Amino acid sequence: MSAIIELEGVRKTYRSGTVEFEALRGIDTTVRAGEYVAVIGPSGSGKSTLMNLLGCLDVPTEGRYVLAGDDTSRLDETALAAIRNRRIGFVFQQFHLLSSMTALRNVELPLVYAGVGRAERRDRAAAALARVGLADRLDHRPGELSGGQQQRVAVARALVTEPALLLADEPTGNLDSRSTGDVLGLFDELHAAGRTIVLITHEPDVAARAGRNLVIDDGLITEDRLTAAVTAR
Amino acid sequence: MSWWETVRSGLAAIRAHRLRSSLTVLGIVIGISSVILTVGLGQGAQQEVEDQIDALGSNLLIVSPGSSTDSAGQRGGFGSASTLTFADASAIADPSVVPDAAAVAPTTSSSVSLVNGSTNWTTSLVGTTTAWLDVRSRDLSAGRFFTADEAASGAAVTVIGADTASELFGRQSPVGQQVTVDGTRLTVIGVLTSSGASSSGTSEDDQAVVPVGTASRLTGSTTDTVSTIYVEARSEETLAAAYQEVQALLANRHDVPTADADFSIATQDSLVETANETNRTFTVLLGGVAGISLLVGGIGVMNIMLVSVTERIREIGLRKALGAAPRVIRRQFLVEASLLGLTGGVVGVLVGVVGAQVLPHFIDQTVAISALATVAALATSLALGVGFGVYPAGRAARLTPIDALRSE
Repeated sequence: MSAIIELEGVRKTYRSGTVEFEALRGIDTTVRAGEYVAVIGPSGSGKSTLMNLLGCLDVPTEGRYVLAGDDTSRLDETALAAIRNRRIGFVFQQFHLLSSMTALRNVELPLVYAGVGRAERRDRAAAALARVGLADRLDHRPGELSGGQQQRVAVARALVTEPALLLADEPTGNLDSRSTGDVLGLFDELHAAGRTIVLITHEPDVAARAGRNLVIDDGLITEDRLTAAVTAR
Repeated sequence: MSWWETVRSGLAAIRAHRLRSSLTVLGIVIGISSVILTVGLGQGAQQEVEDQIDALGSNLLIVSPGSSTDSAGQRGGFGSASTLTFADASAIADPSVVPDAAAVAPTTSSSVSLVNGSTNWTTSLVGTTTAWLDVRSRDLSAGRFFTADEAASGAAVTVIGADTASELFGRQSPVGQQVTVDGTRLTVIGVLTSSGASSSGTSEDDQAVVPVGTASRLTGSTTDTVSTIYVEARSEETLAAAYQEVQALLANRHDVPTADADFSIATQDSLVETANETNRTFTVLLGGVAGISLLVGGIGVMNIMLVSVTERIREIGLRKALGAAPRVIRRQFLVEASLLGLTGGVVGVLVGVVGAQVLPHFIDQTVAISALATVAALATSLALGVGFGVYPAGRAARLTPIDALRSE
């Protein structure tokens, strides 16, 4: 299996005035295509920083990050935007849907920035919404959908560009237990269909659904283990 | 992201905040419509003045006395001296001296009170010769002008202006009626057609024209001086030649150098020029005020766009996370600002054009809409949107996606 994520000696230092804070202190790891990985750790451990780097929302201070064969460590904001658009599908805790647009338009948005034509965009967005079970909610606005449905729209938006990596940041943090089961079930299906998923969470039972857990503490990976989910499969 | 997509999403964003967008646009609307109206007012006034001066006759020379200097050394304005005489007028009328003059009308002017029964009206009494009617290109709406015989004998007759007639006689026909000036009876023999014009402060429609001899008898004047000599050139082409001849003749008669003459000669062109200069000053002044309101409108657009960037910080972060390059975000906000500006411009032009139709009913002034001003106003509104959109758009483009996404 080819590597989707390769991290080599990745460090991230934040400067605030004269005070330096090292959020990541040397991360080395590899995620192969088709893996379902959960990154867990207490708050302040550096897992959000790792998520930002993996999502190309930020660049490491030191070290190398190769995403699906592209070294992203020294790219400028425009090139990073293109990588985010083509290679990464984001799912956020707060859903981050645009309230003035229909579900369909929200899912179309990454394709708009990819320069995909109108008709194709519509078809692909509708297919992605059908994939997450919302084929009958295309013209609903986020306000008219439940939390679970909104998050599924967000998952459809993350999938619509066929990205190499699905990156989810506390995707169930704002959901009730039923919707949580819904969304995690969807992730299981996507994983079964061969998607590469990296999920960031602080909930152990969410992490248990993934095949592999990376435990982060104080800016370092302290544990890298396979879970029961893998052995069960 | 194509331009069409950008414009569509800009329109969607503007629609999403209808009230705020319309208030922003209002500033531009007021600015643009006031620019169009003030420029239109200025041009309308200019057109009116040109029409009035055209009505004077295009080959007219107006000779006025120079300024007087009193014993204290105080100098009066043009026309305050009494240097022109009937003899000067007669000399100009001599075709061997001024061959390019077709007719000459010396006039005296004074203020008198006309009485008709219990009605009285103060107007200007113009003493002149029979040539006046032709030289001033005036017509009669009723009756006749005085004859050469009446002029020579100083007959007690008068031709009055249209406004004077309505003030003294109301709707009655004035011809054949009597008016009294200081106890002297005058017979009204004619009424001048309204010219609708006023020059140098006095209305051309409010005057009583009498033979010269009659005028001096009524006012008790014993001098030979005249207030203005109107000279009609043979044609527009000979106007310049007539000007030279009159100037040379009068300078010679008064024994003064032409550079330091005790009289001045105005032509229609010079009157138009003076009037236009005054109008231009007003137009520039009002246009400047309107321009400032336009600038304020532009600042309004910038203000709203800055608020919009702050308010939509999470949307910007999300769009960036989904792959919008900084350039695309900048373009989106620029297009939004330009759309606000342009919408204001289009509505402002409509308001201006409608105002130009309505305004003349309330103020006695025509408003000319110039195509150039309209196009310039539209271009300005677009430029305002772009110009004042640059800074907010740059701020939006520079936001980092994490900070933008994380902000609450």
